Amino acid sequence: MTDTSAAPIKLEKPRSQWRDVWVQFRQHKGAMVALVLLCVMAAFVLIGPLIWRIDPNFIDPDPVKMIRLRNKGPSWDHPMGTDQIGRDILARMMFGGRISLAVATVAMLVAIFIGTTVGVLAGYFRRIDGLLMRLTDMFLALPLLPLLLVMMFLFRDAAAKVLGPSMGTFLLIVLAIGVTSWMHSARIVRGEVLALKEREYVLAARSIGTPARRIILRHILPNVLSPVLVAATLGIAAAIITESVLSFLGLGFPPDFPTWGRLLYDGVDAIRTYPERVVWPGIAISLTVLCVNYIGDGLRDALDPRIRGR
Amino acid sequence: MLTFILRRLMLAIPTLLLISLVIFLLVDFAPGSPMSEIPLTVPPEVRQKMMAAMGADKPVMVRYVLWLRQFFIVEPQYAIDALFGTDFAQGAQRIISWQSKVPVFQIIGERLPQTLTVVGTAYLIGILIALPIGIYSAYRQYSWFDIGGTFFSTVGFSVPTFFTGNILILIFAVKLGWFPTIYDTNLRITDWESLVKMLKQMALPVTVLALFNAAEISRYTRASVLENLGQDYVRTARAKGMPERVVLLKHVLRNSLIPVVTVIALGLPTVFGGAIVTEQIFKINGIGAALIGAIHVSDLPTVQTITFIFAVLIVAFNLIADILYGILDPRIRYD
Repeated sequence: MTDTSAAPIKLEKPRSQWRDVWVQFRQHKGAMVALVLLCVMAAFVLIGPLIWRIDPNFIDPDPVKMIRLRNKGPSWDHPMGTDQIGRDILARMMFGGRISLAVATVAMLVAIFIGTTVGVLAGYFRRIDGLLMRLTDMFLALPLLPLLLVMMFLFRDAAAKVLGPSMGTFLLIVLAIGVTSWMHSARIVRGEVLALKEREYVLAARSIGTPARRIILRHILPNVLSPVLVAATLGIAAAIITESVLSFLGLGFPPDFPTWGRLLYDGVDAIRTYPERVVWPGIAISLTVLCVNYIGDGLRDALDPRIRGR
Repeated sequence: MLTFILRRLMLAIPTLLLISLVIFLLVDFAPGSPMSEIPLTVPPEVRQKMMAAMGADKPVMVRYVLWLRQFFIVEPQYAIDALFGTDFAQGAQRIISWQSKVPVFQIIGERLPQTLTVVGTAYLIGILIALPIGIYSAYRQYSWFDIGGTFFSTVGFSVPTFFTGNILILIFAVKLGWFPTIYDTNLRITDWESLVKMLKQMALPVTVLALFNAAEISRYTRASVLENLGQDYVRTARAKGMPERVVLLKHVLRNSLIPVVTVIALGLPTVFGGAIVTEQIFKINGIGAALIGAIHVSDLPTVQTITFIFAVLIVAFNLIADILYGILDPRIRYD
């Protein structure tokens, strides 16, 4: 006896993997708060200058006016006050945030690109594995901060001469940070690739004669995406800190191109009389790094299939 | 075990040689090096003499090998001579700083104690804070203590030291006036009063570094204890009727400290690097300040030597961490 009157089975809507990840990510309260805060920060530095249209490097050409404008406290004209030569601090904060975030993002992309390339090559081709991993170990044993300082000091003038002061320093900082921070992602990617390489679908692809290049691009890279994503997020945080440390030690951008680290460095001299000049950029740096770290934590949980769906 | 240690030592030598080559070439070939900054108005023969006086006219490989010889043979000889009153070195050429014309190792010997007192105390205090916090927040996972502890460790980890340092200066030195802002390196501890003064000037830099280290170590401790709490042997211990204190502090703690000890050993050289920033904030005249000063006047021998010493520290502590791991965890066999 067959029951034909059964209600039609409700099929769940097909769900994509990224939707699942997003659902899991929303469970992480800290990461959600961090994401919102980071969006606010991004809006502050990206959209802010379109509304607050004061040139961050504007110094009043009239010396009397300039002297009157110096070291002003917060007012409607200058919500964060002005600095020692009468430049608007709010505009400088926005402009500085742009540079800081741009440096961090590009440096992270450089690091991830090198790291993924080295990791995939080392994991996939056994012949160069030993060599590449020794290279990674050697980079891990380098004293990075002293080397970064030396690199910045020695190559800054040459880079500025070739590409102009802003572009030259930008490229130099980005490359220097990228070249010194790819090692962890290379190790993570290599481990993943070593495991993925033994999977059946890779074997199947190889057995129908797929060339190595296409196996890597088609089958391996999409599957190492999630650890790379987490490493990239945490890499942004590290890059922001490194850039501001360089600026803080006076070896970052020249004063006309304020970054948050540079603003803090400039503010330290006046910390007794105008402490807010240290506090604002410091809060901006700390908040951004904190948010990025929380987002990284949330992403790691969301991308881990063992946790997802529970 | 012994063969493992020997093999690791043998591996460390080429690594160090390669690193020294990288550091040497990077500093030497850079366009900003003082070789390229002799003014063009200087006549060629005088320029030749200047280069010869600095030893810069020889091919780069010769200079590299000479520097290696000075670093690995001559300087240790001088160290032994100074310790035992022998005469191995026999007046051989040492690595001389271009800035102050004194042997670089003498500068380092003068600067190192300041760095070691601050960094060493900070690291010890950091570990002492981090371990209890990490253990307790893992034991009471998701409790208020754990949530607070995790939050503070993420904050401590994210806020850069140059910001916390300046905030502490602002609050405790400028507003309250409890501590000095500048570290006085000439202070000698002779009586009670100077000891108090020393402790006062160490308070702020040590706090900054200790908080930063504690944040990092407590994360690892928490993760490691959490992993061990779920193991079968914990259930067995509880089933036998062991008191919770013994389960936690004897069984779990011993096992979970194994990775933490390696993290502590691996972190020590990076702390030296991070101390560069702290030294800059509090004007401590330590080894990091010496490096920054040397970079700004392109004093190549000092820069090369200090950077390479940092590299030696990293390689040495990697080795120590590996060996410790083998000694502490009998499950790991290196044969």
